[in-house]
Amino acid sequence: MNLTLKIWRQQGPQDKGKMVDYKVSDISEHMSFLEMMDVLNEQLINKGEEPVAFDHDCREGICGMCSMYINGEAHGPDRGVTTCQLHMRMFKDGDTITIEPFRAKAFPVIKDLVVDRSSFDRIQHAGGFISVNTSGNTQDANAILIDKHDADTAMDAATCIGCGACVASCKNSSAMLFVGAKVSQYALLPQGQVEAVDRVKNMVAQMDLEGFGNCTNTGACEVECPKGISLENIARMNREFLSANIKG
Amino acid sequence: MSVLDSKVPKGPLKDKWTDYKNHIDLVNPANKRNIDVIIVGTGLAGGSAAATLAELGYNVKAFCYQDSPRRAHSIAAQGGINAAKNYQGDGDSTYRLFYDTIKGGDYRSREANVYRLAEVSANIIDQCVAQGVPFARDYGGQLDNRSFGGVLVSRTFYAKGQTGQQLLLGAYSAMNRQIARGKIEMFNRHEMLDVVKVDGKARGIIARNLVTGEIERHSAHAVVIASGGYGNVYFLSTNAMGSNATAAWKIHKKGAFFANPCYTQIHPTCIPRSGDYQSKLTLMSESLRNDGRIWVPKKMEDVLAIREGKLQPTQIKEEDRDYYLERRYPAFGNLVPRDVASRAAKERCDAGYGVNATGEAVYLDFKSAIERYGNEQAKLQGLNNPSKEKITELGAAIVKAKYGNLFQMYEKIVDQDPYKTPMMIYPATHYTMGGVWVDYNLMTTVEGLYCIGEANFSDHGANRLGASALMQGLADGYFVLPYTIGDYLSKEIRTGKIPTDSPEFEEAEKEVTEKINFFINNKGSHSVDYFHKKLGKIMWDKCGMSRNAADLKEAMAEIKAVREEFYKEVNVPGAANEMNPELEKAGRVADFLELGELFAKDALMREESCGGHFREESVELDGEQKGEAKRNDDDFAYVAAWEYKGEPADAVLHKEQLEFKDIELKQRSYK
Repeated sequence: MNLTLKIWRQQGPQDKGKMVDYKVSDISEHMSFLEMMDVLNEQLINKGEEPVAFDHDCREGICGMCSMYINGEAHGPDRGVTTCQLHMRMFKDGDTITIEPFRAKAFPVIKDLVVDRSSFDRIQHAGGFISVNTSGNTQDANAILIDKHDADTAMDAATCIGCGACVASCKNSSAMLFVGAKVSQYALLPQGQVEAVDRVKNMVAQMDLEGFGNCTNTGACEVECPKGISLENIARMNREFLSANIKG
Repeated sequence: MSVLDSKVPKGPLKDKWTDYKNHIDLVNPANKRNIDVIIVGTGLAGGSAAATLAELGYNVKAFCYQDSPRRAHSIAAQGGINAAKNYQGDGDSTYRLFYDTIKGGDYRSREANVYRLAEVSANIIDQCVAQGVPFARDYGGQLDNRSFGGVLVSRTFYAKGQTGQQLLLGAYSAMNRQIARGKIEMFNRHEMLDVVKVDGKARGIIARNLVTGEIERHSAHAVVIASGGYGNVYFLSTNAMGSNATAAWKIHKKGAFFANPCYTQIHPTCIPRSGDYQSKLTLMSESLRNDGRIWVPKKMEDVLAIREGKLQPTQIKEEDRDYYLERRYPAFGNLVPRDVASRAAKERCDAGYGVNATGEAVYLDFKSAIERYGNEQAKLQGLNNPSKEKITELGAAIVKAKYGNLFQMYEKIVDQDPYKTPMMIYPATHYTMGGVWVDYNLMTTVEGLYCIGEANFSDHGANRLGASALMQGLADGYFVLPYTIGDYLSKEIRTGKIPTDSPEFEEAEKEVTEKINFFINNKGSHSVDYFHKKLGKIMWDKCGMSRNAADLKEAMAEIKAVREEFYKEVNVPGAANEMNPELEKAGRVADFLELGELFAKDALMREESCGGHFREESVELDGEQKGEAKRNDDDFAYVAAWEYKGEPADAVLHKEQLEFKDIELKQRSYK
């Protein structure tokens, strides 16, 4: 198929940036979206132009590095996938595709489609851990039994890949699905209880400090999340946050 | 004393590690605060090492090329992690895990290292559970296990099909705790471009800030390389796009010996390639072989009809299917080790029985498993005479619970529903057992320079068993290096801060800058990928699943020719002082173009078949094992460690003879 691409080009953080049109031809429906971008870049390099910078790494939907906003949706029109898992069979010959970076105040653009998501890391530094040293003397892994349902629900929350699609999809640029997923994972496990109060308070405080917005229950994040992280996690975080503040 | 001193402690195998730990020198807490350690790479090995060394009190500087340590490619490991817990009561033990690993590695790994790995494996599970890693559990609340290839027990712990992700996020969380305390200084989007040696010791690195292009000097009392494997030398592999050998190769050029580069794992269950545009291959976890049966049609006419789209695999009768692994290896069946399963798939496809248009695919079928689980569920639910559809529905739900994310991944890529029609799979490059040579302390042949995880060669011999990569990465980082590095650092307490304005740093930075400027100014006629694909094709065709002397000699010459062309004709757009992904790729491919040649040289030297290295000249000619790989213990029971001497072809071989005191060397039989 032949396609027209409208791509956000921005030389650096200080550059104003603009949309630029490109044409690609002979795109196979079996290609992944990023393989289509490879074709474009190879074309640009051979013409002596600078290729489009975009983040990508594992190309199997788990590293969370790829982050394109395609036709107005984080990771494009398919559901339950990252950009690297989006296939060209979702498009048809003659289509015009608009490609932008994930946009949010807390995700400044570095170059073209590459954004800085270090704000996510800083939220994790604030409390996304259980304070246990590596000693080789921790108690046996089966010493504390964990209800299968709780373990499975914790696992569902823990599958978040930290891509930021939730933020990019939210009209408030809220990171509450991302933070809620981490808070939930630990809240559902006995090992996470000891630090539960400090964890949720510190992570939420850092989230606010980074300039992410609040949740107004629109649910776009859940729809666009490539891993299907549920809105329940936001509710659970709110509950944890409220009880943490009551406990003091 | 020879250069290759493995420093394996004396004493009985089972006491070596404990005795050794009891006698190594320690660094007191006040002195640890004055010691800096650099860690390059933040996957399972690097991340766990960074967290643990920081907990101990060292000042850690950690580097990764991704935008966050959470994205290292360990995250893509699916199936699980082995540990000798024996929770299933099926006869597992430290010794058995040790034995399976040595045997699985085709008797080409170091006994003492492997025993230590098996010994600390149980601690890893304890540690990860304490960190909040949500492993799968049974209804009683205890941890669940599954089976992997090459073993007869269930010792694999898992978190759905995302075990690597959960373990990496565990290590990442442990790092975050130390980053918050200021004990780890994290350098995201940085790439190490050289190691700096002062008076023969590793004292720092030169790194490029991938956002600004700035070249930076970082000093430390010890440097740890945890940068993963070199599978991308094949261009197409299951590695991440950015996975590279640069850190490992740069230290090789500065004196670290590189061991067994030809030991590469071609994983049997990957999604087959579909076209020339393909940028990477996707693994389907080995855990699928617990329930999936691998087959091709028995009749050539069925194969042809399938390729033409006239016949569906589901229409082929049981008696017309060749479950070739069950046929050839009745004892292990579909759970033979990876190298055996891969070669068997290649054998069938080479014989013309491949089931897709390229002729390079076999079926992985879940029909029997769905029926089996369905019947079990029907019984549990007390259904009398359930319909076939009901059984399928119940069985599919169980399969979905076990492998749902893998099935979804497959469907998104191939656009077929694997619950209804068998998956198509074919082997692909996945893991590299070879790597930087290290001694028992995980130190390379350069003092103060360590190498851990997939980047080193130490534990998997010539073939790695499934679910052992995660085990080794975390063992090295959490439980081995933190002890062994202390012994070295105890002699560094009076050294003081290492200055970065010495001539050695000056020189190393100059070399790095010159290379970058060369690429930017070369203005050739082809992109970096053009050369990488050329290299990949040579590697796959001539250094792939089966190798012979003639091909390997050709490969060496061809790789050299591509390398020369690369330096003449490579085109790197953009500038040095900005984010420039093409420039990053150019440096990595330059290193692969050297490593590939050494790889072929090593494969040519090793005139035996062992593990992932199959030499067509070395097969069993008769008896029960006819056609199987033939190892040659008399001549090749050694580690081949190569010393850099300029051109890869001029590398000098050093041998570390492998001694097996606790295990009898036997032919590996899975029949």
